[in-house]
Amino acid sequence: MDWFYIKGILILSGINLMAVLGLSLLTGFTGLFSFGHAGFMAIGAYVTAMMTIKFHLPFIPSLLIGAMGAALASLFIGRLTLNLKGDYFCIATLGFGEAIRLILDNVQYFGGARGWPGIPMYTNLTNVVILDIIGIAILVNLIRSRHGRNMKAIREEEMASQTIGINVFRYKMIALAISAAFAGVAGGMLGHYLGFLQPKMFQLIKSTELTIIVIFGGLGSISGSVIGALVLTSLPELLRTFAKWRLVVYGVAVVFIMITRPQGLMGGYEITAGNIKKLISRLASFGRPRQQTIGGDKE
Amino acid sequence: MSKRVVLLALATLLTLSLTLAGCSKPADTPAESKEPEVVKVGWIGSLTGDQAVWGTCELNTVKMLFEDINKNGGLLGKQIEVVGYDTRGDATEAVNAVKRLTSQDKVVAVIGPNASGQAISISAVLEEMKVPDIATVATNPKVTVVDGKTKPFNFRVCFIDPYQGAVAAGYAYDVLGFKKAAILYDVADDYSQGLTEFFEKYFVEKGGEIVAKEAFKFGDVDFRPQLSKIKNAGPEVIFMPYFFKEVALSANQARELGINAVLMGGDGWPSEVLLEMAKDAIEGSYFVNHLDFDDPDVQEFKAAYKAKYNLPVELNGYLAYDAVQLLVDAIKRANSFDPVAIRDALETAQVKGITGQINISKDTHNPEGKDAAIIKIVDGQYVFQQKYSAK
Repeated sequence: MDWFYIKGILILSGINLMAVLGLSLLTGFTGLFSFGHAGFMAIGAYVTAMMTIKFHLPFIPSLLIGAMGAALASLFIGRLTLNLKGDYFCIATLGFGEAIRLILDNVQYFGGARGWPGIPMYTNLTNVVILDIIGIAILVNLIRSRHGRNMKAIREEEMASQTIGINVFRYKMIALAISAAFAGVAGGMLGHYLGFLQPKMFQLIKSTELTIIVIFGGLGSISGSVIGALVLTSLPELLRTFAKWRLVVYGVAVVFIMITRPQGLMGGYEITAGNIKKLISRLASFGRPRQQTIGGDKE
Repeated sequence: MSKRVVLLALATLLTLSLTLAGCSKPADTPAESKEPEVVKVGWIGSLTGDQAVWGTCELNTVKMLFEDINKNGGLLGKQIEVVGYDTRGDATEAVNAVKRLTSQDKVVAVIGPNASGQAISISAVLEEMKVPDIATVATNPKVTVVDGKTKPFNFRVCFIDPYQGAVAAGYAYDVLGFKKAAILYDVADDYSQGLTEFFEKYFVEKGGEIVAKEAFKFGDVDFRPQLSKIKNAGPEVIFMPYFFKEVALSANQARELGINAVLMGGDGWPSEVLLEMAKDAIEGSYFVNHLDFDDPDVQEFKAAYKAKYNLPVELNGYLAYDAVQLLVDAIKRANSFDPVAIRDALETAQVKGITGQINISKDTHNPEGKDAAIIKIVDGQYVFQQKYSAK
C-alpha cells in the first residue's frame, strides 16, 4: 500500500473521528440518539470555508468559528426539541439535518447544489492528528468531571437524576452543543481536505454512518469511538477489490460484528494504562481453573 | 471465557481476511499483469448508488475497448489493464479512489467520473500526482476551469451546462418558436440547477418569457402541486432538466392534469426506462443529447456492446467510448506512457469521436464547438432532428 493513499484514509478517519467523538458524548454518554449530525458538519464546513475564503482568516480560528456556528445552531434546535422524550428528539434531529442540507442547496452564495470549488487545502495529517488528540483530551476530562458524571446519570435514569437535583435539560443542551461543535470542526476539516463542498456530502447517510461508528465502537467508550472510526472508515477502502459488492460485504461485516458483539467493539470499556495491566494479568492467568483467575491479582 | 476467545479469534480472522483481500490484486485483473509490459488505466464512477446503471455501462465500455486494443497488439506495444473503482456517487470516495489509482496502481490516466461533484473534488489529487483525468458526462463548467484558471489535469469529452442550456433555449425559441416557457427543476441536484440557470438566462436574453419556475427535491414522487401552478401560468413549453425517473413521473402527472405544453429536457433524459414508464406522456417531446443514437457511426459500437454484455448502451457509454478514443490518441501522439506527456498531448487533441468532433481547447480543456443533437420522441422512438449548436 502506498503511503499517499494510506495518508488520505488516515486523514479521513481523523475527520470522521472528530465528528464521532462529539456524537459519542451525546449518544454514548448522555443517551440521546441523533440522526442530524451531518447537518452540524455541514454548518461547520460552510462557516469555516466562508471564514477562510471570504474573510481570509487562518485555518484554526476559522475552524473554531465554524464549531461555534454549529454549536449555536444546536442550541437553537436543542431549545425547541430537547424537551421531547426519547425517539421524538431523534426524529427532530433527522428533520433538522435534512433541512440544513436543503437550505444549503438553495443558497447560491455558497454555490447551491452545484457545490463550492476552490477551497484552500489546509487540512493535513499533522493538524488532523493534533486536533483529534485535543478533542479526545477535552472529552476525557469532561467525562471524568462532575458534569460528565451528571450526563452519565441522565443516560442511566433521567427521572432519578432530576430527583437528585441535576438540571437534566441544561446538561442535555451542553452535551448537544459540545457534540455539535465537534461535528462542526470535522466539517471544517472535511471541506479543507477535499477543496470542494457540496450539500450532497451531508446527506442522512452521513449521519447514520456516524451513529453506526459510535454503536460499533461501543456506546459509552471513547476508545471504542476511536477504533470504530479507524476501522469503519478504512474498511470500505480495503474492500475496493469487491467492486460492486463492496458495500454489501461492508454491511455484512458490520452486521456480523454487531451480532457477535452487541455491546460494540469496546462495550463501554476504555483503553487506559490501568485497564491494559488488568487485561495482561488476566491473559497471563488464562487457561487455569476459574477460581484462580478470580484471585489472579494476588499472584 | 472460552466463548469470548472464540469470538475474538473469529473477529481477528475476519479482519485479517479482509485486510489480505484488500491487499491482493483486483479480482478482475487479467493474467498478463505479471508481465512488466502492462500499463494501467484507471476508471472511477458509480458502480453502486442511484447512478449505478450509468457507471456500470461506462466501465463495461472502457474494458471492452481496451480488450479490443489488447487483442490487436496493444498500445505502443504494451497491453493495457483497466482498473475500475466505485465511488458510490460520493465526492469523498472519489478522492480516495483516485488516490489509490494514482499512488498504488500507478495508472497513467484516469477516465471518469460522470458526475461533476466528484470530478471537481479529485482535481487536487490529480495535480499533486500529475495524472490527467478525462471526465465523461461531468457538465459543470467548474470541472475544468475555476475562477478563470484552467485546472492542468482535468479534461472532459462532453459539452458543458451553459452550452446545453443555450442549445435548449435557442432551439425552443428560434426553431420551435416558443415564447413562454416554464421550468420545473430539482433543487437538490447540481446538474439540474446548472441547466435551469443557463436555460433561463439564454431564453430571456433571446426575448422569451419564463412564466413559471417551480422546484422539487430529489426523491419526490408527486409533482402535482408544482405542475398545477405551471398549468395556471399557461406555458407553451416546459423545460425539465433532470433525470429520466423523475421525468417519467412528472410527465405522466402533467398529462393527467391536462397540460398540453411541449416538454423539453437535457441529457438526463435518454434511457430505455423513460420510454417504458412514460411512453405516451412524452410523445412529441424534445431533448438535447450528446449524439444521435441512429447515427451510422454509432451502430458498430452499439452492436458490439450488446453482443458482449447483452444490455443496451446507456448515454454514458458513448462518452466513455470517446474518452477512450481521446486517451488512446493522446498516448499515441505523446508516444509515451508518461502521464505529463499524455496531458500535454491531450491539450492539443483533435479526435473524431462517435459523439462528434472533439477539439480540446488548451484554454478550457473542454471540447469546443461540439454540436449537440436534438432528439424528438415520436411513436415511442428517439428520432434525431438535427445537429444544433448555440451562437
